[in-house]
Amino acid sequence: MRTPCGVALGLATALALSFLILPIVAIFVDIPPGQLLDGMNDPAAVDALVVTLKTTLVANALIILVGTPAAYLIATHAFRAKPLLVTAVELPLVLPPAVAGIGLLAAFGRFGLLGGTLDVLGLSIPFTQLAVVFAVMFVAGPFYIRAAISAFESVDPALTGAARTLGAGPGRTFFRIALPLASGGLGAGWALCFARGIGEFGATIMFAGSLQGVTQTLSLAVYEQFDVAFDVALAIGAELVIISAFILLAVKLVPTWTRSTSPSTTLFAPTASR
Amino acid sequence: MDTLDLALDHPLRSYRLSLDVSLGRETLALVGPSGAGKSSVLRAIAGLLRPERGRVALGEAVWLDTEAGVELPPERRSVGLVFQEYALFPHLDVRRNVGFGGREKVDELLERFRISQLAGARPGDLSGGERQRVALARALARDPAVLLLDEPLSALDAHTRAIVRGELAELLDDLGLPTLLVTHDFEDAAALADRVGVIVDGQVLQLGAAADLLAAPADAFVASFTGANLLHGNARPGLDGLTEVVLDDATVAYSTDEGGGRVGLAVYPWEIALARGEAADSAVNHIRGEVRSLVPLGNRVRVRVGPLTAEITAASAERLDLREGERVVASFKATAARLVPLS
Repeated sequence: MRTPCGVALGLATALALSFLILPIVAIFVDIPPGQLLDGMNDPAAVDALVVTLKTTLVANALIILVGTPAAYLIATHAFRAKPLLVTAVELPLVLPPAVAGIGLLAAFGRFGLLGGTLDVLGLSIPFTQLAVVFAVMFVAGPFYIRAAISAFESVDPALTGAARTLGAGPGRTFFRIALPLASGGLGAGWALCFARGIGEFGATIMFAGSLQGVTQTLSLAVYEQFDVAFDVALAIGAELVIISAFILLAVKLVPTWTRSTSPSTTLFAPTASR
Repeated sequence: MDTLDLALDHPLRSYRLSLDVSLGRETLALVGPSGAGKSSVLRAIAGLLRPERGRVALGEAVWLDTEAGVELPPERRSVGLVFQEYALFPHLDVRRNVGFGGREKVDELLERFRISQLAGARPGDLSGGERQRVALARALARDPAVLLLDEPLSALDAHTRAIVRGELAELLDDLGLPTLLVTHDFEDAAALADRVGVIVDGQVLQLGAAADLLAAPADAFVASFTGANLLHGNARPGLDGLTEVVLDDATVAYSTDEGGGRVGLAVYPWEIALARGEAADSAVNHIRGEVRSLVPLGNRVRVRVGPLTAEITAASAERLDLREGERVVASFKATAARLVPLS
């Protein structure tokens, strides 16, 4: 490895790693630990944590409850419009967050497409906690659904067919065969979805605003605090790092058989889709 | 014991699958090249594929009748389907795999298929032969009225295959269920089934006992598929009531079959004798050629001579001291030369 080429490779690796690690380490060491803990106890930080946990929990629960059956249906049926449908699911993934925000306003805002209908029902979504949930679902949901479609597609149809001939109805086949075999891909997709959701900024600030204790999530609070109280911004940043790292580790520890279709444990290489 | 009645008509990639057959307490093998539509037949019976038109009934119970709008889902049809690659559930151990369809008989089946010691193992840790036994046990756990086997031996290596073939033949005998198996190997079909149907491009070319197919292949495809040498030539009536066939290489051969015009001449490898010089025997057909290859198969040797493949005993091959490149004479009787229409 002492060849010029080897040295260059080593340097590049060292440079890349330090560049990626430095800002994360800096969040934790820029100020003394005591100050960091104080920052976490700041009312703005506590409020933001509560709002984030509530909205994330509701949004992710809805994404999984609705997204899983939808993905299963799309994955297990062949129909003409399928590529179109899958593209529709993928579109929010590549949209700039600001476009997502304006789209949500145009659909659910007071003067939006469904605004009148919602008004009649006495519902107003923008600038409420529900708006945060909507923004997260719209921006992050596709990560889960797209991965879930791939995960269900990679379940060998012979296995679900075998379950049927062994007397299992569609429901038992789903829960006993398809779901466990797809769980690795579902978990990986959900981790990405969660990460994207917890970092949601652009669509949320446009559609839900940044009201402390109501719609101000951790990500929004970092931005708002950084020129008011840098310590608090750092503390909130530290919380986000800890939450994200925890989710990443949890998904990597999913039992190995569920990932039998993919040799690597990376979350970011999309499951082979056919 | 109920009879399984099948009538299927279904478009596949480039041809139509059409089949009309009844099975009693017997094993029927559908044999044909890959892509002949064999697996689709099994899937249609099991309810995993809806044929465009068709009827599937077991005795009085109608599982599918496209005209009457009857279509039972797979879980309501009493079939045991053994998939080609076995389709064992990778996340369940052997006991749970076998017990998936019915728990009551699991211990008995594990015992019967000699897989009790593997009860806690995952399919990924099993050998091919073990997987096959688990797949059979699983298919039988639900006490099916019909057994369907998709290429039951093709996933096995040659050694295991010979053993499993014998075991499977015994099992099918014991079970006495209407059994439909599909395979691309005529030998497997002949060893396992009471009746064999040769299927190509979705059509059954000939259906009968394996011995009947060998004795009188319906056409050139059936002949070559069942292992015959197939030579092409022009036939016309010859002397002594024999048919004279001028083969494409100008050699003249004789057959006791009647025929005229363009024909295939089929002769099985085990009906060909080899000699070094001119053979002074009763065979009327002599084809001279170089020994192109010698392949030992247990106590037999497969010898390629000119356009023919002959199978002789290892002892004879040794006595003749055959070597590649030598010129020999291949002989067969006119009664062994079957004339078949070219397909």
